[in-house]
Amino acid sequence: MATIKIPPVLRPSTSGEKEVSAEGADVGTVLRALAEAHPQTESQLFGADGDLNRYVNVYLNDEDVRVLEGLDTSVGETDTLVILPAMAGGR
Amino acid sequence: MESGAELIRKIKEQIEEVDPRDVHELQQNGNGNGAVIVDVREQHEFEAAHLPGAVHVPRGYLESRIEGSVADRSKRVILYCATGQRSALAAHTLKDLLGYEDVASMRGGITLWKDRGYDVEVPRALSPEQRERYSRHILIPEIGLEGQMKLLDAKVLLLGAGGLGSPAALYLAAAGVGTLGIVDDDTVDLSNLQRQVIHTTGRVGEPKVDSAAETIADINPDVEVVKHQVRLDSSNVVELIEPYDIVVDGLDNFPTRYLLNDASVRLRKPVVSASILGFDGQLSVFKPYEGPCYRCLYPVPPPAELAPSCGANGVIGVLPGTMGLLQATEVVKLILGEGEPLVGRLLLYEALGATFTELKVRRDPQCPICSRDPESITDEEMGVFPDYEAFCAAAG
Repeated sequence: MATIKIPPVLRPSTSGEKEVSAEGADVGTVLRALAEAHPQTESQLFGADGDLNRYVNVYLNDEDVRVLEGLDTSVGETDTLVILPAMAGGR
Repeated sequence: MESGAELIRKIKEQIEEVDPRDVHELQQNGNGNGAVIVDVREQHEFEAAHLPGAVHVPRGYLESRIEGSVADRSKRVILYCATGQRSALAAHTLKDLLGYEDVASMRGGITLWKDRGYDVEVPRALSPEQRERYSRHILIPEIGLEGQMKLLDAKVLLLGAGGLGSPAALYLAAAGVGTLGIVDDDTVDLSNLQRQVIHTTGRVGEPKVDSAAETIADINPDVEVVKHQVRLDSSNVVELIEPYDIVVDGLDNFPTRYLLNDASVRLRKPVVSASILGFDGQLSVFKPYEGPCYRCLYPVPPPAELAPSCGANGVIGVLPGTMGLLQATEVVKLILGEGEPLVGRLLLYEALGATFTELKVRRDPQCPICSRDPESITDEEMGVFPDYEAFCAAAG
């Protein structure tokens, strides 16, 4: 199972979990599995068209899936997905 | 026994003397034949002023050091001192004892040169106090005297004297960054002091720019603080960042982060950017046209429920310290031109787990800002994205 790192803003939707494991052979399937396990994350990750929201960056290990094959990018058992929304706090 | 004066007169007869006018002409014509001009005076004399382009070999070290400066004995060598006496003796030594073939001494030395109205170079040097203050920098080969001069010459703009700006300002000031601009329109509040370490309890209610300037002056009088007690907006962003070499982004909201990005790309200013929330920090360096920009990383801002930065949020006090000092480190690296700056990389720090994660950030070939010529970015476009004010209001 791949590991998904959950950013602070999504942790209320994963009962505070910082890391969640999910099944799937590609990025889309893994994220869908996350959304199924934690339904509140779905609208934050996916738009109405089923695509990833543009403001959510997803990295397979250290690479942005947008420069790979997006939601179709293959995911291995030991891979880590990082979900990264923008943060702006500085004070 | 002959007198010293007589000896010098005799030696002058045996060597070639040139007039300052000839040396000046040689320099004006680009010194085509590659003559080496050697100042044979003492260190303090050389440091006070010397001929442009001269190398320094004190007469006392002439025999042991001249080969380091002029290895080729057939090369033209023009020596000078204060009045032309010491250089005559040195010329004699080079010619008769060391076998230099084409040596001359400049008549009248630098005194006559200056009398003729020719330019001299006044080398910059650190004061004895600065040598002491920055001695631990000077000892590092990557910094040294030259690097310290670069720091003293650098102009860095801090956006915000808050959580991130406080530690960054303290260490950049201590490092001797010569000019620190601070943009902040806020006043010191008691609730700031848990993390904004440049301010003090006694200064609650004072403008943050004044409080920060006071602390910096106490740490290092070499630093000139430029106070900008304004809020960064589209009307002043270009004017504010234009005079500076590097911008440190410690802003607390998305609208100004996009605005800063667009202006800094247009002006080609590197931005050392960090953000913090709770126990999490992010850090990257956006160097226009060499790496991605903020919009390449975050093409659109998140919606209100995922953008907690719009309102007041909790943060552990030490986190901005960690992130602000990582920013200061990147600033110093950029000034020195040393190491690998965090360009095209995003560093995530998660304090509770004590983990660092590094992600790659690519330039977006379709980036609405940095895929274009900087000159084509208009004032009207800068910082624009859909309906943000309403959305921050919604976020409370």
